[in-house]
Amino acid sequence: MRITQGTFSYLPDFTDDEIREQIQYCLDNDWPISIEYTDDPHPRNTYWEMWGLPMFDIKDPSAIMMELDACRRAFPNHYIRVSGYDRRLGRQTVALQFIVQRPKHEPGFHLERIESHDRTVRYVIRSYAADKPSGERYG
Amino acid sequence: MAGVSSSDGKKSRWSAGVTPYAEMGYYNPDYEPKDTDILCAFRFVPQEGVDPIEAAAAVAGESSTATWTVVWTDRLTAYEHYQAKCYRVVPVPGTNQYIAYIAYDLDLFEEGSIANMTSSIIGNVFGFKALKSLRLEDMRIPPHYVKTFQGPPHGIVMEREYLNKYGRPLLGATTKPKLGLSARNYGRVVYEALRGGLDFVKDDENINSQPFMRWRDRFLYCMEAVNKAMAATGEIKGHYLNVTAGTMEEMYERAEFAKELGSVIIMIDLTVGYTAIQSMAKWARKNGVLLHLHRAGHSTFTRQKTHGVSFRVLAKWMRLAGVDHLHAGTVVGKLEGDPNNVRGYYATLRENHVPANPAYGLYFDQDWASMPGVMPVASGGIHAGQMHLLLHYLGEDVVLQFGGGTIGHPDGIAEGATANRVAVEAMIQARNAGRDYLNEGPDILAKAARWSPSLRKALEVWKDVSFNFESTDTPDVTVTPTA
Amino acid sequence: MAEVDISTAWRESSIQQILDDLDRELVGLKPVKTRIREIAAMLLVARLREQAGLATDKPTLHMCFTGKPGTGKTTVATRMAKILQGLGYVRKGHLVVATRDDLVGQYVGHTAPKTKEVLKKAMGGVLFIDEAYYLYRPENERDYGQEAIEMLLQVMENQRDDLVVILAGYKDRMDTFFQANPGFHSRIAHHIHFPDYTLEELIQIGELMMRQQHYTFDDASRQAFREYLQRRIQQPHFSNARSVRNAIDRFKLRQANRLIQQGAASRSKSWPA
Repeated sequence: MRITQGTFSYLPDFTDDEIREQIQYCLDNDWPISIEYTDDPHPRNTYWEMWGLPMFDIKDPSAIMMELDACRRAFPNHYIRVSGYDRRLGRQTVALQFIVQRPKHEPGFHLERIESHDRTVRYVIRSYAADKPSGERYG
Repeated sequence: MAGVSSSDGKKSRWSAGVTPYAEMGYYNPDYEPKDTDILCAFRFVPQEGVDPIEAAAAVAGESSTATWTVVWTDRLTAYEHYQAKCYRVVPVPGTNQYIAYIAYDLDLFEEGSIANMTSSIIGNVFGFKALKSLRLEDMRIPPHYVKTFQGPPHGIVMEREYLNKYGRPLLGATTKPKLGLSARNYGRVVYEALRGGLDFVKDDENINSQPFMRWRDRFLYCMEAVNKAMAATGEIKGHYLNVTAGTMEEMYERAEFAKELGSVIIMIDLTVGYTAIQSMAKWARKNGVLLHLHRAGHSTFTRQKTHGVSFRVLAKWMRLAGVDHLHAGTVVGKLEGDPNNVRGYYATLRENHVPANPAYGLYFDQDWASMPGVMPVASGGIHAGQMHLLLHYLGEDVVLQFGGGTIGHPDGIAEGATANRVAVEAMIQARNAGRDYLNEGPDILAKAARWSPSLRKALEVWKDVSFNFESTDTPDVTVTPTA
Repeated sequence: MAEVDISTAWRESSIQQILDDLDRELVGLKPVKTRIREIAAMLLVARLREQAGLATDKPTLHMCFTGKPGTGKTTVATRMAKILQGLGYVRKGHLVVATRDDLVGQYVGHTAPKTKEVLKKAMGGVLFIDEAYYLYRPENERDYGQEAIEMLLQVMENQRDDLVVILAGYKDRMDTFFQANPGFHSRIAHHIHFPDYTLEELIQIGELMMRQQHYTFDDASRQAFREYLQRRIQQPHFSNARSVRNAIDRFKLRQANRLIQQGAASRSKSWPA
């Protein structure tokens, strides 16, 4: 399966040039950029690991790409996402977020149903990959 | 601005019988509205022979302290304080209409009560015989009053963080057919649409608890569909479970059950009434559940330009009352909505400070004092082929709801959902990359359709569908292009 | 092969505009201005050759500006960034000025992130390292400056499309620095020396600064200014245009004080001696 979190998961994976275009859009809006990675893609895993601090005061996407390349080298089989953050009053949240690298094989999620009272069911979603300890997932 | 002056002579306020409202102090062209006043703009048509100033003063009077005659008990009060004051009357060129600007002191209203505010301002006056027609066009709610309301339980920012979805319009669909599906069949539609790529599916406004499908069964099957779709995509998904019912007790019961099942969102209809909406808003904040409001019935009073209440006013009331989602028009779809008016509605729902702009039908500056924004919902007769127009007119913070445009896809509901998701992501990508997406929109979609068979089919099926009818409700001012 | 119209390309590149601005803003500096024009011409031709499909090596763009303080190195670097942008050699054309303190940390593991931060901010533009020789302290072999030097060299070599580096400082000290760090020397294509200003040029600079701030010298004060400069040039820490600016700031301060004390008319435009 293909995890479809992020702004552009229904499009073919972006080339580096396409990633650069989106980063440029963020920089044009004065949005600092973050790079984050994880091997736990649960939809409610909010806090992916930060690849360094958010990058402020950057003028050119090449600076971000340099960090992204380093992150890719360090975690070649993790999920990596790029986020632009808008600090404007009234927003003060992520403004754009997209996955730029995913593991070669995405085993997906197990949906566990726990039957409860009066026909109600409790649902638990678990990533198959997360059965293994962090760092040993995705081969 | 050209005003209208009163021609009547002076007469004592305290002589017996019917006294002109203007003379009783309800018309005061020198009045300087206070920062704390609620201001209203009314469009009215007086009956033949009725002086417009007198008619405007009557509106001020009837929507505040006055009755049709002078009462001595007035003199037991500081009545000047409680009188609404019409401070300006402006004719609308080329019509028999006028706009009356009326200021109301904040003391006229109970804190945090839409019911009280509306009972005052639109309570009696719309049936007043001296007027042919009357319409509340806009209101300026001062921050002092805004701050007495809870407002949206979560707001746009919290909703996006909760759903972990950023940078693009959210996508939804209303389950069709509206009526008759059993709960099991209904859940199938929900599952297919969500796994195909939509973020939300929605109950229709009249899906409550009918003989063909009782609410509890619907909730159970819908949540099975939602959770299955979450596991299939790794994304957070939701279904607006409509908890509208005949009594508050039943609504609370249904909302509690939706929460217990883990639904991220519930919905109610405008028909439940303002107080019920405010109660559900409190419930929704307390329980961490998003609150979607369907504006069922609003067109009975918002659509006609000369009588009723403008939707922009209703939008303000609903932001105060506290909903996270509100249907606010599509511009390009099948339901009423002039593009400029719709822009005004969207700004009213989303922005923190909305400047007056006659071209968008906004009569006053509105300061929301950091009250969270309401996510507008665009629903009714829209499809993937219009994605560039939708993004252009409605922006990014919006839920685009493709009901027929998802479920009507020839290859199935999931394919229809995928077509919409591919279209919105391709359009956002192009916009961010600096493309002139409004003009190049069809090209951008055609290019994406080359690798996406779902989108290709959608574009073929709906390529010629558009709803070009003239709007009945338009701003008086139009902007002439200067270029 | 298609004909290439060099003069049109020159006009369209907006370089002439930048050179004219430079000429207007900076007094003197003839040899520097000539070198800048030569470099701009060379880069334009290289760009045109590339567009015409002629094999060309990617030109090295890193530079070294030598000269005493206040001789216009930073100003020229700002213009150089715009020229490089006009010719498409850097994407953004901004200038980031850094010194050793911005690049080198105080403890182990501190230098790499600091240097990387500065490099990232400068990407797409020009990184101007003032008094670059302070990066290298041979007397302390565990000095963290070496780490910054290595990172700089790596980026200067591998990311030539992303960043241009200009090293700046006194001529003699830069020469020593290059002898000890041949890696830098070999990666720098253009060495430009900024000579000291002559007395007449300094006076012109002073007049220009005064005009920009809507002040004027009268004859007596102009003479006083000349005598002041003659003596100031001989003193230590003379910093050319920067010293002129400081002097003028002091003049303004004293004039204002005098005007208040004398209760003079505020419309007085002259410079009382």
